[in-house]
Amino acid sequence: MEHYNMNLTLKVWRQKNNQAAGSLETYQVKDISSEMSFLEMFDVLNEQLIVAGDEPIAFDHDCREGICGMCSMHINGRAHGPWTNNTTCQLHMRAFKDGDTIVVEPWRSKAFPVVKDLMVDRSAFDRVIQAGGFISVNTGNAVDANCLPIDKKDADDAFMAASCIGCGACVATCVNISAMLFVSAKVSQLALLPQGAPERESRVLNMVAQMDKENFGNCTNTYACEAECPKGISVANIARMNKEYLHAGINTES
Amino acid sequence: MAFDSKIPNGEMNEKWNDYKGHVKLVNPANKRKLEVIVVGTGLAGASAAASLGEMGYKVKAFCFQDSPRRAHSIAAQGGINAAKNYQNDGDSVFRLFYDTVKGGDYRAREANVHRLAEVSTSIIDHCVAQGVPFAREYGGLLSNRSFGGTQVQRTFYAAGQTGQQLLLGAYSALERQIALGNVTMYARHEMLDVVMIEDKARGIIARNLVTGELEKHFGHAVLLCTGGYGNVFYLSTNAMGSNVTAAWKAHKKGAFFGNPCFTQIHPTCIPVSGDYQSKLTLMSESLRNDGRIWVPKKKEDNRKAVDIPEEERDYYLERRYPAFGNLVPRDVASRAAKERCDEGYGVGTTKLAVYLDFADAIVRYGKIEAGKMGDHTASEATLIQLGKDVVKEKYGNLFAMYEKITGENPYDMPMRIYPAVHYVMGGLWVDYELQTTVKGLYALGEANFSDHGANRLGASALMQGLADGYFVIPYTLGNYLADEIRTASISTDHPAFAETQKAVSDRINTLMNIKGKQTVESFHKRLGLIMWDKCGMARNEKGLTEAIADIQALKKEFWSDVRIPGEINSMNPELDKAGRVADFIELGELMCKDALVRNESCGGHFREESQTEDGEAKRDDENFSFVSAWEYMGESDWKLNKEELNFEIVKPSQRSYK
Repeated sequence: MEHYNMNLTLKVWRQKNNQAAGSLETYQVKDISSEMSFLEMFDVLNEQLIVAGDEPIAFDHDCREGICGMCSMHINGRAHGPWTNNTTCQLHMRAFKDGDTIVVEPWRSKAFPVVKDLMVDRSAFDRVIQAGGFISVNTGNAVDANCLPIDKKDADDAFMAASCIGCGACVATCVNISAMLFVSAKVSQLALLPQGAPERESRVLNMVAQMDKENFGNCTNTYACEAECPKGISVANIARMNKEYLHAGINTES
Repeated sequence: MAFDSKIPNGEMNEKWNDYKGHVKLVNPANKRKLEVIVVGTGLAGASAAASLGEMGYKVKAFCFQDSPRRAHSIAAQGGINAAKNYQNDGDSVFRLFYDTVKGGDYRAREANVHRLAEVSTSIIDHCVAQGVPFAREYGGLLSNRSFGGTQVQRTFYAAGQTGQQLLLGAYSALERQIALGNVTMYARHEMLDVVMIEDKARGIIARNLVTGELEKHFGHAVLLCTGGYGNVFYLSTNAMGSNVTAAWKAHKKGAFFGNPCFTQIHPTCIPVSGDYQSKLTLMSESLRNDGRIWVPKKKEDNRKAVDIPEEERDYYLERRYPAFGNLVPRDVASRAAKERCDEGYGVGTTKLAVYLDFADAIVRYGKIEAGKMGDHTASEATLIQLGKDVVKEKYGNLFAMYEKITGENPYDMPMRIYPAVHYVMGGLWVDYELQTTVKGLYALGEANFSDHGANRLGASALMQGLADGYFVIPYTLGNYLADEIRTASISTDHPAFAETQKAVSDRINTLMNIKGKQTVESFHKRLGLIMWDKCGMARNEKGLTEAIADIQALKKEFWSDVRIPGEINSMNPELDKAGRVADFIELGELMCKDALVRNESCGGHFREESQTEDGEAKRDDENFSFVSAWEYMGESDWKLNKEELNFEIVKPSQRSYK
């Protein structure tokens, strides 16, 4: 792999806190190596800002290996930037070339209010999980793990749905700010497994109700969520959730 | 100070059962009145908070991330061990216990390890009941793989994302307890001190990282589940936020620190590419099942790997350790890579890397696949294509991650790898009940020192975190809290809370008022270099003595010249980081002191003065069969307490992988 260095212009969203108005500020960075990660480029910029006596840019990040789901930047209009099936922390600077201008914003979504600069509040996702994204089993209740054979395909599909990292890119990229991909991934995982059966109906009804309460929008099948999902979670999960929801709605007396 | 490991009497395999049969219980009405603080929401913290909430305690859980689901347990790739013996290959609780004690190079406490092996099976049952989607066979039963050179297949896994799936299971259980009102969650909060009343831990001071406000929280007991401190080396496979602060504050309040120098340096990580590097990424140990490790036989060989003919390659692990070859334990593989690179045989631009080559495995798998199709005349190209498909099925996500980071395709050219700091076996000293030397203060998971001795085997960190949280603390905490039922909740207006809060606030003010010239990050990098060079894969008396002086000087410089921008009373990630780096600096000094005292090589700790004639590690059981439990006496001043290790069952022998 050929390495090269580049000079870049960055336009970054700055917002002091939840109450303040924000704006795009322009910064220059020089001699950025194509081998750096995108967040390491931000580290360089922040060091530059601190030395110059300015406040560094706040952004969420933790594992920097694409699994914790904490990083969340809208880069040149795309959630997590130009690469597919990728998180911001795994984006590397070889995706850009010398002289580029890069626009970096926080997740664009009313349901994820800005905390500071590029950080947003995604606690709505936790509350959706609280509404039913679990199996009600207390520690100590379990039978032997192999008492419950599970069809390999169902187990594999459940795993694929469960690989959601909860980053919120699906919501950020959706014109309707819909959280259907996130919610359906958890509903699917637990609906596909026999362990999830006892709470199958109440789960989908409660999680969808909470999703609506959090002001997430509806799904109009644009599939943008799937296209931007770092883990490639399929929209087939949304179809499965709709089926579960319909089924539960018919079965539930109200 | 009282210092008792409280190992129950009786036969090794009866201790835990016997303990559970006689432990004090708290009745349900009293549980409702007892408050427990859990700091950290990784595998240990989330499982403990959820289980204690289920039992009826009033729990408050804290994490510095924006959600408990982000904790770094999520990044564990390989798997979780359990003595299920589903493969009928001779596994048992005893074998898992034995392998763990031996793998830890005889520096772990036998009774704790035996308990760990006993509860390992319940962990798998519970996680499956929670809906954790482990890998399965076509018959619908759970699949296992082998790991870390053990002779049985006891590792359960979910592709290369086992930690993620286990953590999300524990997170779901935690969120359920939050919804039920049994647990109150404080995300984006960082614990900055323990509050002591009389001689017991009675709460914490936490900083709300969004508003900058300091908060006082009472608990009848405090559980630290705050992970490891590998980031003292600056570069490690830990998350950016992983830190020692909570454990360090506890240490300064009287909790002994156990074996601080025991660091695991993992052999297969993606090498450093430049000085901007912020973290290192692990490539799962499972790759060593199929990859062959080599360097060129000629120094400074700048040809491409594929252009170096077979006879000019040195498969040094196979050469030095014919019995185990590429599957030697982590500590041995790491040191061997360092030795080759130090001698000038390293590859890549920095020359600090060795090759991990899948070419042979690809052809081998290709032949098997062609054989299955009855094609015995397949061309080399067909074999390679068939083999690549098999390798992709096994390691696809790891290969993709490697390609994203390096821009190189590992199917066509060997990976470049180098050892990196991955895990710390050291941590807060705890007794059998996971209680530190401070009453009412507990440490679980990687934050404690107890189960892995001087070297952790693969797939046993997840096991320990969940064992502590799901199946140990629910019993052992009751033994303490049963005597606390008469203690009414203490108001946070108590002077001890105000005093501790003031001390925390004063320290923050001091930091902010330094207004120096150098960034927090630059100090952290310098600390990391000192630690890596002198307290890393190999240590000696001269280097460690120098490191102690270097760190003391760095500390002085930090406290007189660090620059922290921003304000105290608002979100300020640089201030958060400054507090953590200040604690890392103090910890670094203790690690070097500990390494200096331990004049033997064991596990991840290789002391150059203690090696065999052919350069292998030489353990010294006669003089060092103890846990170093360091007591904080004052600035740069520690007292060494020793917990003697008695091996009743697994008799120590020198490990050999030749």
